Amino acid sequence: MQEAMIKRAKELLADGTVNRVLGWKKGEFAYDSTPSVFETAEELERDFVCNDFTQANLSKYLIKESRKEGKILAFLKPCDTYSFNQLLNEHRIIRENVYVIGIPGGPKLDVEKIKAKGISGITGISKDNFTIKIETLYGTESMPFYEAISEKCSNCKSKKHVEYDELVGDEGDILNSKRFDMVEKLENMTSQERFDFWQGELSKCIRCNACRNVCPACTCENCVFDNPKSGIDQKAAADCFEEKMFHIIRAFHVAGRCTDCGECTRVCPQNIPLHLLNRKFIKDINSLYGEFQAGADRTTKCPLTDYDVNDCEPSIVHERGVE
Amino acid sequence: MQVNENFEPVIVAFCCNWCSYAGADLSGTNRLNYPTNVKIIRVPCSCRVNPMFILRAFQKGADGVIICGCHPGDCHYTSGNYFTRRRITLLYSMLDFLGIERNRTRLEWVSAAEGAKFAAVMNQFTEDVRKLGPNRRLEDLRCRKQ
Repeated sequence: MQEAMIKRAKELLADGTVNRVLGWKKGEFAYDSTPSVFETAEELERDFVCNDFTQANLSKYLIKESRKEGKILAFLKPCDTYSFNQLLNEHRIIRENVYVIGIPGGPKLDVEKIKAKGISGITGISKDNFTIKIETLYGTESMPFYEAISEKCSNCKSKKHVEYDELVGDEGDILNSKRFDMVEKLENMTSQERFDFWQGELSKCIRCNACRNVCPACTCENCVFDNPKSGIDQKAAADCFEEKMFHIIRAFHVAGRCTDCGECTRVCPQNIPLHLLNRKFIKDINSLYGEFQAGADRTTKCPLTDYDVNDCEPSIVHERGVE
Repeated sequence: MQVNENFEPVIVAFCCNWCSYAGADLSGTNRLNYPTNVKIIRVPCSCRVNPMFILRAFQKGADGVIICGCHPGDCHYTSGNYFTRRRITLLYSMLDFLGIERNRTRLEWVSAAEGAKFAAVMNQFTEDVRKLGPNRRLEDLRCRKQ
């Protein structure tokens, strides 16, 4: 796959269709990769990588990149195309300046899950059907593939690209994922149990703002969390209220626009399951205002900028089952 | 849970300028009683209530937050309260999901002619919050009184 992508990128660079390529750059370790812009064929040959660990959603970079001169080539996985489409809906990306190549999605692997098995000194990782072989400084280890699948890929919603100029590899389908299972499990707890769960998770937050910075839906040029007058601008939380406030507001600001790409959870250095907050909003929107998938098309209105005179009343929350 | 008989909750009521605020006024001129625990904040429209206002109220020591607006269809700005309805439903649902007691939040539609309803709603809501006791799950310790 990587070879086919580099080959096609080189062709497009050579014939002048694009003058830059947005992809992933090799990192220090076999499982590292960084989003990067490549300008020459040599750079692509040397540094471009696309493997089981290139999870980063590249669509947010296109906001700035599409405003520069010339066209840029972007490699987008199926879930990234939803974010891309959503950004197009919000007029954040200049479509004419982007050439999108859809590439097959995951399942991608999470190196933390491999390290959690006590495997260290990793030098190389290869995949063989349902097992992964891990070369380490201390010998070769292996583990089942499914045990290392990242959180964002374990509940994949779609392998279908919603927006692209061309595809490398095959077109997939929308999947029937069980992504709301954990949300439901929490909903069925008592309110004290829910409170304890979230208190435990959110109190780990170090306010690094990575979840906000990576989120393809968080695209305000002036963020409320950067406003010193807001009282909750970037700083370590002094009280647990601040973590709750930050995470409620963060999730609320992307409600109805979140495509559930899972980047927030992926980048969280404290492993807080932030996607559950977003999924709760998605689940509520689906059940109260009709099925909606942000970024799935270019015509449906976002449920929070729309209304129906027959909408349910907020008292529906108070009337639900478990207290 | 031990109920403190002397507990006086702080209730923050966001009232829309055109209906509920006038409704509160009417309940006053009609000499109807509603608890002094209720602190009214006038907003141009219930749709003006940013989710942050609600959280901020809890942070600064509110034990309950109620939003009052014009009845759906009667909004001074035509459609403001329809947006409020969706937004606040989702926010309350999220607060519930995080384990904040449900009865601390409420939304009621009160028109300018419903002075009696305003007083009844405030009496009922204050009693509900009084039963719950002080807000401990969504409070900022630095802002706690005493």
